[in-house]
Amino acid sequence: MIEVKNVSKWYGAFHVLKDCSTSVAKGQVVVICGPSGSGKSTLIKCVNGLEPFQKGAITVNDISVGDKATNLSQLRSRVGMVFQNFELFPHMSVIRNIMLAQIKVLGRSEAEAEERAMKLLTRVGLVDQAAKYPAQLSGGQQQRVAIARALAMDPFAMLFDEPTSALDPEMINEVLDVMVALAEDGMTMMVVTHEMGFAKKVADRIIFMDEGHIVEDATTEEFFGTPRSERAQMFLSKILSH
Amino acid sequence: MFGGIDYGVVERALPLLWQGMLFTLQLTGLSICGGVFFGTILALMRLSSFRSVSFFAASYVNFFRSLPLILVIFWFYFLVPKLLGRPIGGFYSVLIAFVMFEAAYYCEIIRAGIQSVTRTQVHAGYALGLTYGQTMRLIILPQAFRNMLPVLLTQSIIMFQDTSLVYVVGLKDFLTTADLISNRDNRPVELFVFAAIVYFIICLIGSNSARRLQRKYTI
Ligand SMILES: Nc1ncnc2c1ncn2[C@@H]1O[C@H](COP(=O)(O)OP(=O)(O)OP(=O)(O)O)[C@@H](O)[C@H]1O
Ligand SMILES: [Mg+2]
Repeated sequence: MIEVKNVSKWYGAFHVLKDCSTSVAKGQVVVICGPSGSGKSTLIKCVNGLEPFQKGAITVNDISVGDKATNLSQLRSRVGMVFQNFELFPHMSVIRNIMLAQIKVLGRSEAEAEERAMKLLTRVGLVDQAAKYPAQLSGGQQQRVAIARALAMDPFAMLFDEPTSALDPEMINEVLDVMVALAEDGMTMMVVTHEMGFAKKVADRIIFMDEGHIVEDATTEEFFGTPRSERAQMFLSKILSH
Repeated sequence: MFGGIDYGVVERALPLLWQGMLFTLQLTGLSICGGVFFGTILALMRLSSFRSVSFFAASYVNFFRSLPLILVIFWFYFLVPKLLGRPIGGFYSVLIAFVMFEAAYYCEIIRAGIQSVTRTQVHAGYALGLTYGQTMRLIILPQAFRNMLPVLLTQSIIMFQDTSLVYVVGLKDFLTTADLISNRDNRPVELFVFAAIVYFIICLIGSNSARRLQRKYTI
């Protein structure tokens, strides 16, 4: 489903991604972790072409992301993305947030888009909030709306960039529950997170990044059993201790 | 001339003054629309990642911002008919001058407004499959305009006052009309006090509605 082959990326002279390769098969859940600044966000932004990369190749559903001829908008419309700070559109109601791209990108009618939005809001437990504005919701609720907004496009894969790290602790689980349900439904997911409980529960593989390298790319059992690299061991002991 | 105030002068002049006010309001309104429209385009150009595009926009803005408005009005009043090879009327000449001049100022305001919306909002739009144009039009600009509404209105109020500069090419806006009548009737005090009150009230209404709008749209 997602293939990343020998990808390198620079911000000016700064080498952010160094020869990264990995892949995510259909229905798989891959968790990406690693210290701050290691390039996790950059890597998943490369996957849907939000950031260009200078070397290597990424294909999503056999479509080459780096190819100039690729219609990136079309590709992105089918790859959902969830951001750390939700990024709901503050000037639109919750339901409008979910309907907008359905209408503008997929060409659905108002009625179709609304029906789909209401179904998804039910699924994330927020039907009664449809008419509210994002600022009137809690962080956890906003993030669930953001997930619903991405799902409304019928994505074939979902990318998450630290979806719970801007949330108060008591709201983390309501978002993780939605993500677990999604994983169990067979969604292909790439998730940047430090929620190791979530990783243990649903991840098929765990990728550990450090200084732009993919240092470790192992099955969940292997990773939590005995991570091969010292850096990963140190990192794990640090986050598991709190 | 200080021998008693004659309010009747102003009353008798009202029809003419109203004509002048219509001219001023039309010029202001159309200049705002045109200025904001081209200002938005310039702002998007300035923020473009294509060097030549942003360079062109930046040069335009710096050029017009370094000229006195009165000079621009002169230029366009005499140049536009020459360039077009036919007269288009004083109103349209100065309208073009105002639009082109104000676009440079609106551009800077709108650019700041766009930059006040976080870059990840752009990413959020793109990530849903929206194009650059859709993301700007549906997501970034509506938020940007809300953020900059007060500054935009302040600039527009300044421009409303600046329209009185069409005096230099002899067009009959509100203030010029008041001046003409005050000369004709030799009643400068009444007419200029009246003109000041009218400008004051209109600007007050403008800045009050700026504040109300801002409160309404604050998210
Ligand atoms: N637009 C940019 N221009 C220049 N450097 C950038 C840019 N975006 C990110 N970087 C740098 O690239 C590196 C990797 O950033 P990235 O956001 O991918 O890290 P991350 O692993 O997601 O970290 P975090 O856990 O803090 O989110 C960082 O050192 C960051 O400072
Ligand atoms: Mg990050």
